[in-house]
Formats: sequence, structure tokens, C-alpha cells
Amino acid sequence: MSNSIYANLSWLPQPPDDFNARCRALSQEEAELGRQIQALASCSLDDNQLNRLAKVITKSAASGKSLKPLTSFRLGVLSNSTVDFIVPSLIGTAARHGIALECVKADYDQVIQEALSPDSLINSSNCDAVLVAIDYRALPLRCKPGSKEEADATVRSVMEYLQTVRAGLKAQGKAICILQTLAPPPERLFGSLDRMLPGTLRNLIERVNTGLAESIAGTTDILLDVAGLAETVGLADWHSATQWNMAKLPFTNVYLPLYADHVARVIAALRGRSRRCLVLDLDNTVWGGIIGDDGLEGIQCAQGDATGEAHLTVQRLALELRDRGVVLAVSSKNNDEVARLPFQKHPEMLLREEHIVIFQANWNDKATNIKAISEELSLGIDSMVLLDDNPVERGLVRQILPQVAVPELPEDPALYARTLAAAGYFEAVIFSDEDTKRAGFYQENARRVSLQKQAGDVEAYLASLNMEITFQPFDATGRARITQLINKSNQFNLTTRRYTEADVAAAENDSRCFTLQARLADAFGDNGMISVVICRPRAESEWEIDTWLMSCRVLGRRVEQMVLLQILEHAKRAGVHTLIGIYRPTDRNKLVEDHYAKLGFKQLKVQEGNDTVWELNVDTAEVQTAPMKVRTIGFDLLPA
Amino acid sequence: MQTTQIYEKLTDIFQNVFDDDSIVVRPELTAADVDEWDSLSHIRLVLTVEKAFGVKFSASEIGKLKNVGEFVDLIHAKAR
Repeated sequence: MSNSIYANLSWLPQPPDDFNARCRALSQEEAELGRQIQALASCSLDDNQLNRLAKVITKSAASGKSLKPLTSFRLGVLSNSTVDFIVPSLIGTAARHGIALECVKADYDQVIQEALSPDSLINSSNCDAVLVAIDYRALPLRCKPGSKEEADATVRSVMEYLQTVRAGLKAQGKAICILQTLAPPPERLFGSLDRMLPGTLRNLIERVNTGLAESIAGTTDILLDVAGLAETVGLADWHSATQWNMAKLPFTNVYLPLYADHVARVIAALRGRSRRCLVLDLDNTVWGGIIGDDGLEGIQCAQGDATGEAHLTVQRLALELRDRGVVLAVSSKNNDEVARLPFQKHPEMLLREEHIVIFQANWNDKATNIKAISEELSLGIDSMVLLDDNPVERGLVRQILPQVAVPELPEDPALYARTLAAAGYFEAVIFSDEDTKRAGFYQENARRVSLQKQAGDVEAYLASLNMEITFQPFDATGRARITQLINKSNQFNLTTRRYTEADVAAAENDSRCFTLQARLADAFGDNGMISVVICRPRAESEWEIDTWLMSCRVLGRRVEQMVLLQILEHAKRAGVHTLIGIYRPTDRNKLVEDHYAKLGFKQLKVQEGNDTVWELNVDTAEVQTAPMKVRTIGFDLLPA
Repeated sequence: MQTTQIYEKLTDIFQNVFDDDSIVVRPELTAADVDEWDSLSHIRLVLTVEKAFGVKFSASEIGKLKNVGEFVDLIHAKAR
């Protein structure tokens, strides 16, 4: 259900299994304390976990430990309900947004006294802001339904009350007020009539919310749209009658993490900590499919096709964000010209090159690319967001550049845009002319920046993926998928020879042929079949690699080396001493131009059609292995 | 659900809510035995149990409880 996107903060990764132990270990931490707190806070934590983390933060701050790079912020909290649950959630959540939050909590139901008295706890605490967390039950929102005069007077008195609170806090404590819109209860008195009949609770609350928004616009105070939040998750879920009666919880505790995240976003925005740049992956993120394999006609980004429309929604959101001042960039594992094609030629693409400030399409790791983008734009790494459908890429960037926000994405691309929007990375408390003009500040020519040194330890990340590669000869079960890969792979494909299923079956049954299908599983799941090889005897004790292809999804994980090791092992067993590799250039497979050179093959010659022919001595070849477990199935069944 | 399973799961929950890994939940345990068990953490406990077992309690059901043993009986009756 879409509601769970919000309730579970599903854009955040799950916390580590040993979350409690890590929290305890923080008490020993010194130099990296702030960063480690932020790392834990950046997971999807429930209210108990936030509470635990808040204790560590408060204790560390009290004992004078530095929480750098977190920025300190003192927040007063005024409420007519139980805020004892809200406060720890706020403290834990604020760390996610780079804020070391300290809360000053007024006594229950002391809103007006605290606001007006100069020596009240809140006014004497030198707060940076005061959260006025009152809900509809604190306000005199009762009058005779149907009486316009009474309704007007009621709304006026509520507005005056709120005005008095704000003025008091401003005059006595000089703090910014964060005021909440009121979430109406789900219960209606008449039914639909409630919305238009003056004096019903629904009607009154709607007027107060509108009046509140109008009265805050143009001031230094801040509006927190709790009514909007409650609408989003559903009023019936937001309000729990039992929890209100039992403990005066103003909303269901399930939504504490969500509410706290929204408060923390506006505080972060006040401190200039909102994100500024959206980095987009392309294949299966901006469009459906893989441009390098599926081609301009094969990718999905058209109206009238459900998958295409899902990806168009992502594009539309990106454009809307750009219009309000968010910088757009691209980081994609692709050939540059191929990746630009849809932007230039696809009639239904909404995003065009002119919308993208920096366009990084190459085969390097994304952490290095994002670092280059941030340096080129002079925007901090902590102002970047990466939207990418591939969990392995997300994991890599999170590990190497933990400051980058990388939302988890659901399976269904229809929910990508919603998830990105729900994460609220680009929260703003003000919208100025400067924002609308920002797009023009950058010369938007989709320029490419050259990469400096690698941003971090990719090897260590690969090792942490628990990869397992499974090798099998061709078999009946794999035949259809093998045929599909042979006919669809364009980029990582050395010869681009296309075969029918009958051809594949023939190779499978030809005892002189060596065939290989490889599957790769990792910590994120099973990638399925990712590589196919066919070797045919060429001369006495010589194999020619007729076909070698791989899915680009597993590029950069050194699967090639493992495949070569596997080929070599079987070559030796078959008494083969020489491997011949051929690279047949097409307009799509430049990626593997140096494939054989990188694996230690020697170039023999260039033949017609610019094909290059390569040779490897099976007995002396040295191939570096990669950090993955190898399983082999079914080779024993082959005739010797 | 067996009561032994409920006790196991409750031990986890208690340790989590009261931030104390030494707590072992037994039937005669009451708020007086656990330092952190005040009225607020009591609510936290009840809400966590609701979520963990997928059940809902009314205020009167919670108000009547004398010790953990009774709480387990209540969970047992609801979580089927």
C-alpha cells in the first residue's frame, strides 16, 4: 500500500540488525561521533529506536562531547498534548538532517502562559525556534452549526489566540515560531454538508488553516502543514481515539517518525541544510529499459504505456524541481553518445539536454562521478541526491559518500516519483525570485566533467556484497533466456552474433563446443543470468570465443575475470592451449573495445571490417580473481 | 501463539523499550521491578506490543493489568 511509503519512511534504508549494540558503542566514540550518529539516524527508525538514539545524543551533548559536523539548534516545544514522545523522535530524526537538536519542553497545556511571560522556561531559554504543536482539541472550536456570525467570531477568536502566542514568543523570546495547521478529525456531523455549513468543525478548521497560512506568509515564522501530512496518510489512521484518551497522543504513534522528519526538514531548511542537486540515473529510472541494448525505439517513456508513463512522471517531477531551483545532473553507466540519444531524438522525452547541467555517462563508479559533479557545481556532497533504480549502485554511493541522500526505491517505477517527493529532500521555507532564476545561473549545456581519482574503496564494497557466481553449460532450462540475451545484448557483446533458439540448442548438443551461462546473486538478491559464452574449436588445441556477452547491470564487478577463469579451466581440461578472441565493432559495443587487452590477450591482427583478433596462451595466462564465491553445476555431465 | 513464544518476544520488547538487556520477562514482573517503567514508558510499551503482535487494546483492558502474567494472558487471548 502506498501509505507505507510514508508510515515507514520507505525512502530510508533499513537499520542494521545490531542497531542497539551500535547505539551503545557510540558512548565510547569521540572523533567520529557526530558522523556515526547521523549514519544511524539516516536509517528508517521506529519510535523506540529514535528514543534510544536521542538518549545517546542528549547524553553526549550534556557531557560536552562534540557532535560535529551536526549543527546545533535549540527548539522550544509548546503543546496541549503529550510531547514526551514527540521530543525524543525529534532529537533522533534531526541528526538525519545534520542537526544536533536540543529541546526545551514546556509543561503540558501551558501554551499561553509560556508565550506571554518573559521569564517562562521557553522565553528564557534562548530558543532558535519554538514549535507550537497544538491541535484542534486545544482551541475553542465550538459553535452552533449554521450560524455564520458565530462561526466568524469563533474563527476570529482562534486566530487572535494564535496571534497572541506568536507575538508573545516574538516579543519575549525572539524566537521563530513554527505553527501547525490543524488536522481535522475524521468524524463528521452531517456528512458532506460539513464542508460548506458554517460552524461545523470541518468548516471551522478549514478556515483556521487558510487564515493561518495567510497570516504567516511574508513573516519570519514558519508553517508546518500537519493537516496536509494527516491527509496524506489518512485522517482515520492519523487520529487514534484510544491513544488520545489513554495518553493524550495528538496522533497515532506510528506516525511519530514521519512527523518528526517533517519538523526536522523545516529546521534543516532554516539552517540552509536542504538538498540542492538531483542526480538522475537513466536506464530504468528516467526511462524504462536500457538504451544501449533496447535502442531508441525500445525504451519506454511514452504516454499510453503504463511503464513509459511511470518514468515520465519521474521526468516531470525532475522538471518541476528544476523550475523551483533544484539543479539537475545525470550519472549513468553508458556510452556518452548513446545516453544522450533519447534527450536529443526521442519525441516523448520531457527532459532535454538543456535541462541538465552536468551529464556524466561513462563506465566509472557513480561515487566518483557524483563527487566530480559536486566539485564542478561547487555544491557540497551533502546537497546531492541520487535517484537510481539499482540497489547495488545505491549501496556503493551510500558506503563511499554517506553524505549523499540516496532514496530506496520500490519495485514499481510508478512509485518512484512519489517516493522521491515523499522524502522531502528539497524542503524550503521560502521561495524567492532567485530560486526561479537559478536554472539560468548555470550554463546548461549538459557538459561532461573529467574524473579525478576514484572517490573511495570500491573493492571493499564489492567484497561486502557477498557475490556468488554460478556457472553452467547451456541447458534446456536456460535456453530461452540465453537466446534472448544473445539477441538483445548490444553493449557488452564482443561479436554481436545473433542466434535462434535452434542454433543455441545445436551449440548445447555439440560436444566440440564449450558453452557457458553465468548467474550472479548478491546481498541485494538474484540478478539472474548475466553472461553467456560460446567457444568453438578452431584448430588443433585452439578455441575461438564465438560469443561473449554480459549484462551491463553487473558491470564493474569483475565478472569478466571470473568468466575467463572458468573458460581457462575448461580449456585446460579439454587440452586446449590457445584461446582466440575476436572483437567485432558495432555502433553500440565500444564499451568492450579493450576487453581482451584488459584481460591480458595479445592482439594478433586487424581483419576486414576492423575486427581485431586476440590471442591468449591458456597455460601461462594470469587472471586476477574477484571477491565472489563460485558454484559450478552440470559440467560433469558433459562427455569427456 | 504459545505463551512461551509470547514471553520470548516480550523479553525482546521490554529490553528495547526500557533500554536494558538484563530484563527477563516473567509472570510476576511489575512496574516496581523495572527502573525505567514509568507512566510514559508504560504507554510506549503498550504501543510497541500492539505493533509487534498486531493487536489493539482498549484503555480499560490496559488499566486492569496487575502484572506481566496478566498482560501475557491478554495478548494470548487476542493474538490468534
